[in-house]
Amino acid sequence: MTSVAVTGMGVVSPNGLGTQDFWSATRGGKSGIGRVTRFDPARYPAQLAGEVPGFRAEEHLPSRLLPQTDHMTRLALTAADWALADAGVRPAELPEFDMGVVTASSAGGFEFGQGELRKLWSQGSQYVSAYQSFAWFYAVNSGQISIRNGLKGPSGVLVSDQAGGLDALAQARRQIRKGTPLVVSGGVDGAICPWGWVAQLAGGRISTSNEPARAYLPFDAEARGHVPGEGGAILVLEDAETARRRGARTYGELSGYAATFDPRPGSDRAPGLRRTVELALEDAGLAPGDVDVVFADAAGLPDLDRTEAEAIGAVFGPHGVPVTAPKTMTGRLYAGAGPLDVAAALLSMNDGLIPPTVNVVPSPDYELDLVLAQPRPATLRTALVLARGQGGFNSAVVLESSGR
Amino acid sequence: MTGRRVAVTGIGVLAPGGVGTENFWDLLSAGRTATRGITFFDPSSFRSRVAAEIDFDAEAHGLTPQETRRMDRAAQFAVVATREALTDSGIALDAHAPHRVGVTVGSAVGATMGLDQEYRVVSDGGRLDCVDHTYAVPHLYDYLVPSSFAAEVAWAVGAEGPSTVVSTGCTSGIDSVGYAVELIREGSADVMIAGSSDAPISPITMACFDAIKATTPRHDDPEHASRPFDGSRNGFVLGEGAAVFVLEELEAARRRGARVYAEIAGYATRSNAYHMTGLRPDGAEMAEAIRSALDEARIAPQDVDYINAHGSGTKQNDRHETAAFKRSLKDHAYRVPVSSIKSMVGHSLGAIGSIEIAASALAMRHNVVPPTANLHTPDPECDLDYVPLAAREWTTDTVLTVGSGFGGFQSAMVLARPERSLA
Repeated sequence: MTSVAVTGMGVVSPNGLGTQDFWSATRGGKSGIGRVTRFDPARYPAQLAGEVPGFRAEEHLPSRLLPQTDHMTRLALTAADWALADAGVRPAELPEFDMGVVTASSAGGFEFGQGELRKLWSQGSQYVSAYQSFAWFYAVNSGQISIRNGLKGPSGVLVSDQAGGLDALAQARRQIRKGTPLVVSGGVDGAICPWGWVAQLAGGRISTSNEPARAYLPFDAEARGHVPGEGGAILVLEDAETARRRGARTYGELSGYAATFDPRPGSDRAPGLRRTVELALEDAGLAPGDVDVVFADAAGLPDLDRTEAEAIGAVFGPHGVPVTAPKTMTGRLYAGAGPLDVAAALLSMNDGLIPPTVNVVPSPDYELDLVLAQPRPATLRTALVLARGQGGFNSAVVLESSGR
Repeated sequence: MTGRRVAVTGIGVLAPGGVGTENFWDLLSAGRTATRGITFFDPSSFRSRVAAEIDFDAEAHGLTPQETRRMDRAAQFAVVATREALTDSGIALDAHAPHRVGVTVGSAVGATMGLDQEYRVVSDGGRLDCVDHTYAVPHLYDYLVPSSFAAEVAWAVGAEGPSTVVSTGCTSGIDSVGYAVELIREGSADVMIAGSSDAPISPITMACFDAIKATTPRHDDPEHASRPFDGSRNGFVLGEGAAVFVLEELEAARRRGARVYAEIAGYATRSNAYHMTGLRPDGAEMAEAIRSALDEARIAPQDVDYINAHGSGTKQNDRHETAAFKRSLKDHAYRVPVSSIKSMVGHSLGAIGSIEIAASALAMRHNVVPPTANLHTPDPECDLDYVPLAAREWTTDTVLTVGSGFGGFQSAMVLARPERSLA
């Protein structure tokens, strides 16, 4: 079966704008979590978020795109530009049907939608923007990336809450295996606006701590929910053979994937995460002992942390594999989380360094070998990335260094 | 590839004009329309005041009071259609390991109706910038992220395999089924509950389509407002609904003696990379999707017996699509019957692609192609056989169904009889 390589990445993360800033912050344990600045959070029980720093859309995108795009779409378009440049790909020079776009979304352009809903209800229907017909919907990033870069091949958009970013990368791999040589994929997400905040609060998983270093503590006995973030990563995936022929630098290969859905609430059947890991390894043709590091979903709620720790323990044994959660520095990015973790995992493999999980004092009950506080040097040939979405979505991706 | 093929063995439909597959087919084969003046809210301040609404009582269709409270209308549709599809297929899901059964639900705009209503409350009629969380419904997060639709369907059937929402705007209903087909073919699942649902008839949706004049202002004659391919067409009629299918690996379906409506033989999607809402008149990208779907099905253009068109009834769509058929099927485009059921059930955004797959499968079952209602005087640039006004008895072994949508997505799917000889 066709091998699929990652040849480019564009990162927009709360702890760094651009791959370089992101990676140096992540290696160094530098967090991007702070008090919300995009609106005044004073009236809400939760006031912390991971916001992408220093992003001025007008420096990256033509002015005509600004009135028709949500903040997260501007971030996505910028990340896609960077990913293509990083891959050394000029789309205009390639056959247009040979390039596709598959992204994940969770809430679309929710902030844009908030503005138009406000106009609708406070002023009247005739004040609603023509751009509302597409600026908020879930497909907007795939559509805009396709248009900006002239990518006419197979496209797609997946929504499976925080698991969706990995599902999108897997769908990109599927399209490459079916014959489209290059697919731009990943997820950039965010709904840091009052309306999005209220909807996220309703989900019941947001930490109400106001201390940035204490708010999001996955696998800690004091786990109390998560901090929402914005951003993510866009990657360029290619048929590995084509990439090699054109002399592209590859970060690694996406060699395994699986997805499952948890049993109904109240069921006594086991959650699906363990099976997801096993199926992803089987898909990659690897055994648990081949995995050098796990990038955890790290929900930050006791029940969900336990489920994840048990799945990792069941597959790898107690303390059987290094586990990390660099999202403790960014918050949870919904559809952007999986792709950002994939970017981090690939950078880890290239640097021989596992980034840290910050602020966490792991509960011994979980029997995890969590990489804490300091990055850990290691030879990394294979990484496993996990992501879970609210409702019961489980996805796992296996990455291998190229030429393994 | 593994050579696994995918059969449609169960269908559930909620469409304007009647809940259930039987009512749906009665409406289509009679050429009746289900478009009407909007009743869900006072539309008097809107440019377009017509829609294709469903008279739907969730509890009468088996949803509990808590399910009804928890789910947005579109999620309710998806679950009700799922139950009909399961019953129709006669499948015993407990004969399958739960992780071999997956779910895909297509939706263009998710829980728009619930979000619109809830925003109005938490903002106190648009008055508050920092909206008031103490007035939010407990399940607002499920409206925020519409993967909740897939979760509801998975819970309804006990699925534990790969599950997701596919949201590619107005092609979601085809792409969701296409995604599910791939999962069965590659061996990630043996059974997929796949379809799509949208319930967008809400002030915010009507307002945004008003702003770009995409919907028809023909509110003095709502029953005849959806006029695909007619020279007098002036926009689409917003609809709502859902269709869900039981998809099975063909050999397994045959072994259990299942009734097979059709094989999903080919599927492809392309993008026009041109404009979020505009279409180039040449239809090149839709034509490419059609060619690719036919290739995958190993079906020649001249073997297509019926085209279920996107046929939204906007000026640009109907010409774009007509050009795409000519470009991909050459002379055969002039011989094959083409029709748009949106003339009868409106355009339910992400749902309509699946509803049209259902219409395509039923056309094969009955050897009848549904008509394009309200088509009296074709646009001279739309010069194909659009089956005006009345359904036609027609040997229908192979159907091409297409969709086109915002974001530039163009999708095509081919349904065929599995017993055909494979060239």
